[in-house]
Amino acid sequence: MDKRVTFRHRLLPWLLLAPQLAVTALFFLWPAAEAVWQSAFLPDPWGTKAIFVGFDNFTFLFGDPNYRESFAVTAIFSFSVAALSMGLALALAVGADRVIKGSGLYRNLLVWPYAVAPAIAGVLWLFMFNPSIGLVAYYLKALGYNWNHVLHGGEAMTLVVIAAAWKQISYNFLFFLAGLQAIPRSLIEAAAIDGAGAGRRFWTIIFPLLSPTTFFLLVVNVVYAFFDTFGIIHIVTGGGPQRDTTTLVYKVFSDGYEGQDLGSSAAQSVILLVVVGILTVIQFRWVERRVHY
Amino acid sequence: MAGLANNRALAARTGMVEKRGIGRVFTHLGLILGIAVICFPIWVTLVASTVTQQEITHPPLPLIPGSHAWENYSRALGHGIVTPVWRMLLNSTVMALGITVGKIVISLMSAFAIVYFRFPFRMLCFWLIFITLMLPVEVRILPTYEVVANFGMLNTYAGLILPLIASATATFLFRQFFLTVPDELTEAARMDGAGPMRFFWDILLPLSRTNIAALFVILFIYGWNQYLWPLLITTKPEMNTIVMGIKHMMPTGDDFVEWPVVMATAILAMLPPVLVVVLMQRLFVKGLVETEK
Repeated sequence: MDKRVTFRHRLLPWLLLAPQLAVTALFFLWPAAEAVWQSAFLPDPWGTKAIFVGFDNFTFLFGDPNYRESFAVTAIFSFSVAALSMGLALALAVGADRVIKGSGLYRNLLVWPYAVAPAIAGVLWLFMFNPSIGLVAYYLKALGYNWNHVLHGGEAMTLVVIAAAWKQISYNFLFFLAGLQAIPRSLIEAAAIDGAGAGRRFWTIIFPLLSPTTFFLLVVNVVYAFFDTFGIIHIVTGGGPQRDTTTLVYKVFSDGYEGQDLGSSAAQSVILLVVVGILTVIQFRWVERRVHY
Repeated sequence: MAGLANNRALAARTGMVEKRGIGRVFTHLGLILGIAVICFPIWVTLVASTVTQQEITHPPLPLIPGSHAWENYSRALGHGIVTPVWRMLLNSTVMALGITVGKIVISLMSAFAIVYFRFPFRMLCFWLIFITLMLPVEVRILPTYEVVANFGMLNTYAGLILPLIASATATFLFRQFFLTVPDELTEAARMDGAGPMRFFWDILLPLSRTNIAALFVILFIYGWNQYLWPLLITTKPEMNTIVMGIKHMMPTGDDFVEWPVVMATAILAMLPPVLVVVLMQRLFVKGLVETEK
């Protein structure tokens, strides 16, 4: 994976690297080190100075039912988003792969939600489900269901999951479609000749052959649900009601920025750093297996 | 790709696997239904941005656009609620372009240095940069905020842009691409007496055009859609970006919300990234699917 032919120069590579290294050091390494450092301190009761407490912030967090709850909320949220969005995207991709006429048009119509900011997606869905003026809430009421996500945790979770999954459908669709189109036609035709019906062909041939794409998307969707959905949650529910939609990332923000508990927020950042690290390693192993230099 | 298309056209003509008649109609119906559901929130938003406040607060909202579009959009753009929307659009444009161009430039340079030079600590630099792949800004928000505050960069464009170009994704992609550029080109250039920078400008950069364009689309959307970071560091309304500024337009609780203006702002916030994706779709899809695989 290294170049055979290279240039020789003593200063030039460093000049070329300087901007990236500077930005990385200033806005990544320094803050990350600071997070680790701060995670070992607690503000004293008068808020004048910080007291060194070692690993106390971490032990406190793991004993804190609120923190464990936000782990559970994050897990439910991420897997619901991934399942809903990937399921719908796969169904649409299978359809678009099957039709010959118009598949380009369908793709055009499905691509653009990718460009919508998560926060704006939150605004749109919040508007539709607004308990007093929302269109969907209105018709749900007409059907006898009183929708109010401001009061009911389950409904709040449903709403943020829908908004987050909606935005991610295009991305999943594009990858599933590419994956489907890479499956050799001859395999499917051979199965058809052997008398396998459409459903059977899908589950015994297409779906297993898609599994690398599915696995890749699963990791990407979980990472997305972890980190990129802050805007949706902040706009739609503000982490509430109570703490029913407070994910780990949201808690870093609300404890640190709104609650001013820097030590705990920093400790949470460090824990998230480990979580991201694990997810990245998984993703990278996948990339390494797939990419051929 | 073209070969595949031919294959499937052939398969379609021979009618081996493709659904005929009623099955095909159902596939189309399913796709159209799916697209209708996905586009519905946008339609509702579009309608809501063209009616009066009264029409919104007395549900159900009509499903045909009203006649107050001019009024709502001009009020949003010229006056807004907290900040005029033209100002937020300007801020978003500066931030998105700053992040996009900044990332592309520093990544091209550092990828060039890492791939085409041998120098001490090369692998250390490589890992220092790539470790930033791991940590999204959402995780290290508070320490990064402090660093930026220490530099006096709150409420500045530099503060909005610089911390977000500390990411390794683009560098990684350019490195991957440079590794596929044949060594013969480098040898030929060297034999003709071209120095490293000459080779970079005259050979490497033109070869990377497609990758740069694809990355441009992806990074522009990334930059435009930032939410949490601008929310933290722009305390002055005139520095708000549109995606986060919309949050300030919707007070929480039962306060009065000027929905038509908010919805017009939502449409304006979606327009630039959606246009970029739709207009540069071929490049974008290629970039997304091929680079992330």
